[in-house]
Amino acid sequence: MLKFLMRRLGTMILTAFCLTFVVFFLTNLHPNLVKLAKTEASARMSDDQVNSWLQSHGYAAPLVSRYGEWLGLVPGWTGTNAETGKPTGRCVDPNAPDTPAPRYCGILQGDWGTSTVFKQPVSTIIGIRMGLTGLLMLWVLIVMIPTSLIIGILAGMREGSRTDRVLSTLSIASTATPEYVSGVVLIVLFGSTTVGLSPLFKSLGLLSSGTLFKGSASSAMDHITFDNFALPVMTIALYGIGYIARMTRASMTEVMTAQYIRTARLKGVSFRNVVLKHALRNALIAPFTVIMLQIPWLLNGVVITETLFNYKGFGWTLVAAAEGNDIELLLGCSVVAVVVVLLTQLISDIGYVYLNPRIRIS
Amino acid sequence: MDALTPGGILVQVLLRFVPVWIALVVTLVASFIFRRRLGLYGKLFDSPVGMVGLFIVMFWAYTALFAGMIITHDPLDQVVQLKNAWPGAAAPKSEAGYPWYIFGGDNLARDVFSRMVMGARRVLIIAPAATTFAYMVGITLGLPAGYSGGRLDTILSFVANLVLAFPVILLFYLLVTPAIRQTGVPIYLAAVLFLFPILFLTVLWNSRYFTSPWKRNIYVGLTLVIGFWAYSGLAFNADPLGVFTMDSNMLNVFVSVVFVNSPTVFRIVRGIVLDIKSRDYVAAAQTRGEGPWYIMLWEILPNARGPLIVDFCLRIGYTTILLGTLGFFGLGVSPESPDWGSTINAGRKLLSIYPYPAFVPAIALMSLVLGLNLLADGLREESLRD
Repeated sequence: MLKFLMRRLGTMILTAFCLTFVVFFLTNLHPNLVKLAKTEASARMSDDQVNSWLQSHGYAAPLVSRYGEWLGLVPGWTGTNAETGKPTGRCVDPNAPDTPAPRYCGILQGDWGTSTVFKQPVSTIIGIRMGLTGLLMLWVLIVMIPTSLIIGILAGMREGSRTDRVLSTLSIASTATPEYVSGVVLIVLFGSTTVGLSPLFKSLGLLSSGTLFKGSASSAMDHITFDNFALPVMTIALYGIGYIARMTRASMTEVMTAQYIRTARLKGVSFRNVVLKHALRNALIAPFTVIMLQIPWLLNGVVITETLFNYKGFGWTLVAAAEGNDIELLLGCSVVAVVVVLLTQLISDIGYVYLNPRIRIS
Repeated sequence: MDALTPGGILVQVLLRFVPVWIALVVTLVASFIFRRRLGLYGKLFDSPVGMVGLFIVMFWAYTALFAGMIITHDPLDQVVQLKNAWPGAAAPKSEAGYPWYIFGGDNLARDVFSRMVMGARRVLIIAPAATTFAYMVGITLGLPAGYSGGRLDTILSFVANLVLAFPVILLFYLLVTPAIRQTGVPIYLAAVLFLFPILFLTVLWNSRYFTSPWKRNIYVGLTLVIGFWAYSGLAFNADPLGVFTMDSNMLNVFVSVVFVNSPTVFRIVRGIVLDIKSRDYVAAAQTRGEGPWYIMLWEILPNARGPLIVDFCLRIGYTTILLGTLGFFGLGVSPESPDWGSTINAGRKLLSIYPYPAFVPAIALMSLVLGLNLLADGLREESLRD
């Protein structure tokens, strides 16, 4: 087990290095740097001025060594400001250039750089945004996991029955609805003042405010209520529910045809008990992996949903960073995203081994 | 003209789709009569789920084909009086042509219905083509990785997992930007990815007909000539005859979608090959002294077709979703483009007041993906039956 873990961790770290390098390469392409220089200094710079700006801000060094600086394995660049004669450098605080600066300052030292769009340290921004997204994800998981497991078990319990057909078709429909579609449909149904259910409820006198649910979740950042958070949570959960339910159903139908289930039925155990005590435990191994592997996909859903509902969490920040050419922030976001993906893969592997004692790792 | 009532809207929509209905009836009746001779496709008519899926997919395919006949207005035409109009709104008398905006107008006063119909054309060209390319890449790399294993397998699997560990949206934001087009990265990617179909077909013909060199030379020669002709046009936009061209926006979108899909196809193919390569008929072929590529392409691949066809359908749906995502974030599409993702994006700002411009393409996209998923489900059921 230990050897397996070490090997997995080794691959994981290698993958993380490769991925961050690719992101670093793609965000530091020359046109991006030129754009950065023009937004930071002046939009009407000549090519020579752009080059000298890049030179004096440490962007002229080879890509690999700048990647090393960003990681914190290579000493940060240093120089002197041409006008004031004060030292400048990657690790020098621009507000207090005379204080002695550390030699290394990369993400390994905990220095994630400064966002050019928000003018704040990247680590603070990501911390706050991740907190907001964490809340969203928490509610999504609370809604998604029980619903999908119940649907999957009910459908897989009696394969081919009418319940099975109805629930399976519903799950297919929900996997066919990407977040930007379900979000739009949900807002039109519940969050619109002109169409959908809200005007109907209002004319019946059941509703005092404008709409049933709010079509924007920006107020949920301060204070989560049912009516400002229900739609975004449903939007993300819907897509996952269908997928997990189908996996649970597949695993449940397989278990229900096993010999020990037939034995249990033949010795007179009630159907209810067979399902709850014998089948369920074995049927839930596969969905566990699926749920863990679904989390990276939720990250995509989060980006779309946060943009659609204007909830300023991690996904919204990623979009803002990418659109504002905010290199440091985008790098920070990708590190977080990549770590989340790799960690969930690791947990799902380990969990699978723990849950299924038939798998031996040597 | 008066505005249409809800019933009137329905009648007009049904009338506009007449070419589609005719084509659908002809194909479905013909396929139903000859269903026993049509193999897996014919068996679809035994499964209600598969039939519904087939119907929806064919509906959209014919809509894309006949889009020019179905639309009521040019997708870029603006009728100022119909800005944010409700469905069924009548055009002012001064306007010639079709008298209504069947599904209303968007915030630039364009016809939502016509844009939705034209959007189908774009999606149904890119999604199947991109999926096919991803399959060529996935199969060409997945077969040797699964069959021979070893270091090749380790390296390819590592690279595939690397791409899969990227959040899709981040990858799109990095790969589909105007800045990256300046650096030429999409063209390099295209240069690599577009080689795979040529490689695949060349190896396919060569391994099958290498015993009759004359036939082999014709097939391989034709593949190489046509292949590189298309290759020069599609990847480098340098086709000497100007038949194959691809707009740089489209190339960028196409390449990134192929790039995102290929690793998954690779993993599926590799998994199936690992399962099949221990079968007796593979051992028999090895004993006969067949070459490895012949075994992979003509013994293993045909026997892996069931799961691959099912996944192909699902993957077209997934690609449609990805294209919608790209449009939703305004990546790689021009603002006038009628594709569904960008229309949803344009319509979402006024969603709670004027829902139709975003709602109509959203439902269109959902129904197409649903149709593909149902079709895949039907195919899976029928292919498992024998």
